[in-house]
This record gives sequence, structure tokens and C-alpha cells, in this order.
Amino acid sequence: MAEASYPQELLYHPEHDWARIDGEVATFGITWHAQDALGEVVFFEPPAIGAQLTQHEPYTEIESVKAVSDVIAPLSGEVIEVNDALGEAPEAINDDPYGTGWMVRVRLSDAAQTAALLTRDDYVALLS
Amino acid sequence: MVAYAGWELPVRYDGVIAEHLAVRSAVGAFDVSHMGEIETTGPGALDLLMLLCSNDLARIPIGGAQYSLLCREDGGVLDDIFTYRLAAERYLTVTNAANHERDLAWFRSHAGGFDAQVIDRAADYAMIAVQGPLAREVVQAIASAPLPERMTIAARTLDGAEALVAGTGYTGEDGVELLIAPAEALGVWNALLRRGAKPAGLAARDTLRTEACFHLYGNDLGTERGPIEAGLGWCCRPGGGYIGAEAVSAVREAGPAEQLVPFVITERGAARPGDRVIGGGVVTSGTFSPSLETGIGMAYLPSERAAVGTEFEIDVRGKHRRARVETRPLLKV
Repeated sequence: MAEASYPQELLYHPEHDWARIDGEVATFGITWHAQDALGEVVFFEPPAIGAQLTQHEPYTEIESVKAVSDVIAPLSGEVIEVNDALGEAPEAINDDPYGTGWMVRVRLSDAAQTAALLTRDDYVALLS
Repeated sequence: MVAYAGWELPVRYDGVIAEHLAVRSAVGAFDVSHMGEIETTGPGALDLLMLLCSNDLARIPIGGAQYSLLCREDGGVLDDIFTYRLAAERYLTVTNAANHERDLAWFRSHAGGFDAQVIDRAADYAMIAVQGPLAREVVQAIASAPLPERMTIAARTLDGAEALVAGTGYTGEDGVELLIAPAEALGVWNALLRRGAKPAGLAARDTLRTEACFHLYGNDLGTERGPIEAGLGWCCRPGGGYIGAEAVSAVREAGPAEQLVPFVITERGAARPGDRVIGGGVVTSGTFSPSLETGIGMAYLPSERAAVGTEFEIDVRGKHRRARVETRPLLKV
């Protein structure tokens, strides 16, 4: 697995999810810490395109060898794209959690919700 | 690391799948020092063990090994154990860590009428399991003499350390288990790793034993069910004479109401221990199988729905997952 890293340009949810915001659209995934705690991911089932996600609520689950875990939406919005490649290659979530391991793209419904998210430094402080 | 029964246990070194596959294709080393040991010695040792253990220890020669259950009077299982015959009147029983103190008290509470001594040896042995197709080669390279065959035990020197070497394991692979004085165990561990054994954690041990359909006490075995329900009638001697024999025989004759069966999930996802079977039954072991690349496990099902090939559904976090009863072992090694 890759070395621990927490990119500066992302916003973080305390439940170990990240959001990369690009105007009205954001990409979501789980953090290095989350994938490390889970171990090798073996199943990922994306939500349907068009699904409405609610901030702080689970929107899907990921399964590792030893456990299954909810994935929490860092922000609210409508799913406009899912990472279908994870169906065949869920290990990307471990190998590259901020890149090829991305999970969904969402059209945000309330930009003000970012106030509830953490900066990189605050998230790293939370982990320690 | 995770805390368990007073021990800090190594769950994972670098990754469960890599560790699992290393054991299936080459060799892995497990630190299982949490396992307990009870020594029973003296002229009455065999008679005491024949009272406590479900299997027929009178049949094993010096250097032999045997799997048994400790049962209560009502047939409920107190522990599953391996007993090794070290000498004519000297036996070593390996217990599960969480049950060790209860087992020891059980042995002692029944030892009164026997000319036998029950000695707690848990602090005297560290235990390393070396498992996989290359396990014997790696251990042989540091051993003073040829290794004992499967289901036997012998004293050997390993890289200068005195050890008991047993041809047993919990993965379905060939291999050995090593009992070593704690002060010398780290040296042996490092010698094994230098020769190519991959450190494997208890998460991999669990996926390996589930593929092999070996029972885990606390999941697949407990005081609330008996050996026949668990599919372990083969290690309960038909002639009786052990504690719980009447209860076990009664279930054997009447037929068990439920049976432990291996299963595979026939769609995506894995069931986990505690998941309910739709229409009755419960999953007691459940994981993703790194070798079969699907969800597998063991479940207690009502006997009328326990036949091989029977399809059923499991409630996995609110979703119904299809599963099928399989033959054991789930992975044919």
C-alpha cells in the first residue's frame, strides 16, 4: 500500500472521507487512514447515478477481507458520475485513494456545507 | 495489534491477502504464543484425559497427536484442543487463550481421584506456526534432525534453541507448529524469516482456517451447542466414558436439530459472524476468501435445510445475499 498522505488541496470529513471541490461539482473518496484501517478492499458497489447524497450520511459501503464499512458523504448533492472501474479493481482504493480510487462525482446542493469540513492540517491533527 | 485475553495479538503485518496467499503458495509464520498449554503427567494421566477428552487418547503412541473436545455434562463444548503424547505418562494439551484458565480449572477439579498432576505450562512456551508448501523446508534448514511427520511431535533443536516440533496446523496446508521457551522464540522467529517465511497475522490465519473449515472456538463452537451439531462427531468416541458422552450420544441417535455447514456466497459481498439466515439459522464464521475470491463461511442451519447444494439467503446488513451449502473443506488444497 502507498505511504500515508493527505493532500493539501482536499477538504476532509472527520469520518475519514475527502472531497475535491471544483466549482459546483465535487469528487469524493476515502482517506489514506480509512483504507489503511480497513485493509484490502475487495468489494465496492457504487450508488446509482442520480442518487441524492446527504452530508454526514452513508451513501454506500465498502467491504474489505475482514470488515464492511459505511462510506459517509462529506457534502450533499446528486451523483452525476461513479467510478465504475472500482467494480473490477477495488484495490485502487488502497493503492491510490486520492486518484484512481475516487468513488463518486456529485453536483453539490449547498456550497455552504463546506464549513463543516476540515482542512488537511486539522484532519491530520484529528488523526493524531 | 489487538488486545485479546490478556495478549497483544498481531492481526496484520502488511496485508491479509498477501499473507494468506503466501501461506497457500509458499510459507508463512504465525506468532500464536497466546495459545495455552496444560501438561498432565503421572500413572493416572491417561485415565484423567480419557475422562475429560471426547476423543480416544488411548490410541495414540508416544509422539502422537490428537484433536479432542472438552465437553460439559450437557454436551456443551468448553474448548477444542490438541493433545500431544510427549512420553508414556506425559501429555501436553494446547488450549485456546480465552479458555485456558477455565480449562485448567476444569482439569484440576476432576483430577482428585487420579494419580496425575496437572501443570499450567502457558507461561513456559511461546508458539510459532509455520505453514505452507515450503514450511517444512524452511524449518528443516534450521533443525537438528528430520522433522516429525504429520500428527506427530518430537523434540528438536532449532537454530540452537530447544523446541517441540509438531506436525499440526490450522490452515489446511502442510507445516509444523513450534513450542519454544519465550526467551528463545524471537531468535527462532528471525531465523525463519531470514529463510523466507513471511510473517502472517491472525486475520490471515482466520481466512485460511475458514477455507479449510476448521472450527474457531467462540464462533463455531461454544457451550450452547454440542459436537454433533458442529460436525465433530468423528472425534467423540462411540463407547463413551468421557464427560458429556451421554448427551452427545443422545443427539447422535436422535439427529441434531441444526448442523454447522460450510457455504459460499453466490453473488458479491461477504457475510459476517452473527448475520441471520432467512428462515432460521445463523452465520458463525464469515469472511472474504482470498483464494476463492468470494464470500465464504460456516453457518448453523436447521438440519432439514443443511444438505450440500441447498440454496439459502443471509441477511447481510439488511440486504439478502444468496448462498449455497458446500462440501468441506471449501478450498481443496
